[in-house]
Amino acid sequence: MFRKTAIVAALLAGLMASPTLAHRQWLLPSATVLSGEKAWVTVDAAVSNDLFYFEHVPMRLDNMKVWQPDGSEGKLQNPATGRYRSVFDVELNQQGTWKIGTSMAGLMGSYKQGGEQKRLPRGAAAADLAKLIPADATDVQISENTSRNETFVTAGAPTTTVLKPTGKGLEVEWLTHPNDLVAGETAKLRFLADGKPAAGIDVELVPGGVRYRDKLNDRALKTDANGVLAIDFAAPGMYWLEAQLQDKNTSVPGATQRRLTYITTLEVLAP
Amino acid sequence: MRPNVLAAPILLFATSPALAAGLDVSLTIPTLKVAEYHRPYIAIWLEPASGEAKSLAVWYDMKLKDKEGEKWLRDVRTWWRKSGRTLSFPVDGVSGATRAPGTHKISFTAGKGPLGTLAPGQYELVIEAAREVGGRELLRFPFQWPPKGAEVVKAAGSSELGAVTVTLRR
Repeated sequence: MFRKTAIVAALLAGLMASPTLAHRQWLLPSATVLSGEKAWVTVDAAVSNDLFYFEHVPMRLDNMKVWQPDGSEGKLQNPATGRYRSVFDVELNQQGTWKIGTSMAGLMGSYKQGGEQKRLPRGAAAADLAKLIPADATDVQISENTSRNETFVTAGAPTTTVLKPTGKGLEVEWLTHPNDLVAGETAKLRFLADGKPAAGIDVELVPGGVRYRDKLNDRALKTDANGVLAIDFAAPGMYWLEAQLQDKNTSVPGATQRRLTYITTLEVLAP
Repeated sequence: MRPNVLAAPILLFATSPALAAGLDVSLTIPTLKVAEYHRPYIAIWLEPASGEAKSLAVWYDMKLKDKEGEKWLRDVRTWWRKSGRTLSFPVDGVSGATRAPGTHKISFTAGKGPLGTLAPGQYELVIEAAREVGGRELLRFPFQWPPKGAEVVKAAGSSELGAVTVTLRR
């Protein structure tokens, strides 16, 4: 139930996650396939172990954004952050596919000073690295982290404007539309790192409803040589997907490695 | 549930020879003993072996103010994915009010209205019903167009749909 790999995402969300506990950061839209001209969705945003239950801390809404089907930025309405979750509404006043989510970048690091292990403070800026790391520090490890956490909802027919990759960080080229997922069918996603196919990266897929079963039923998947992942969704439901990539393609001077994370929540409907 | 195709010579007499080619659908909305009943949303559409599905009829709540009834069209989910999501409502000649339990007859004429011109080939007529605070059921009726004669394809639902008969008119 506890995983270390999600720590980064939790820390980036500006949360006090204990280093020994891992949590999943997630968005949960009330619906992903909608009809009518005045559809609304409400979205829960939280960080927790079990999916999709509010049990740990809310996701902060500071960086939460909404993109309308025409690609322009939309409005996040009625936002509130409670003890366990944040919640907000989106009025789908344009037909097509909307994107809702966050995109963040930050630094994590550690060093040794006089034999003592020390950590960089949270929210350390690249420009301050020189000041933050003492001259006599050894074993300096600085990780440049970027993460995305997004979900999609569609009013009417699916559109693709908001799906266009930006070419930065880890993202998905949706070979199958994220709001056209049905149990019994295979969905194809191509992961891109800085716009290029991310071959052989690890992807974890967890179906929601964890509380009511004994096994997590998660799937550890890997993208193929072209960065493509084919997922056959056996059962309908909400799924949480996290992909991670570590490399040395750093952009911050002094960073020793880079960690890219992509998280999405997908709804798979019954046929 | 399994549709059976019957060459039905008797129906040749029942069907007026003056009628143009097309499809006659007789569908039964079952009477259900439930605490809270709402008439089902029903969609009837045509799926060619290849190519786009064609909506023939959609019965939904058209009377609610602000087109609120359209909010639930997506619950007729197979139809919504195959055809509904690309339409704008109401659809002339396709949209209709929900209907009460009982047997309803609806006819589609080739070359006219929503059925339009059918290229020869294999098709499936699909009927899907979804009910507020209830369930969903879908029935498929495969057929070849044009039919050899007057053909009847039958199936019966077990929950949200009763007996359904599709008669093909040459």
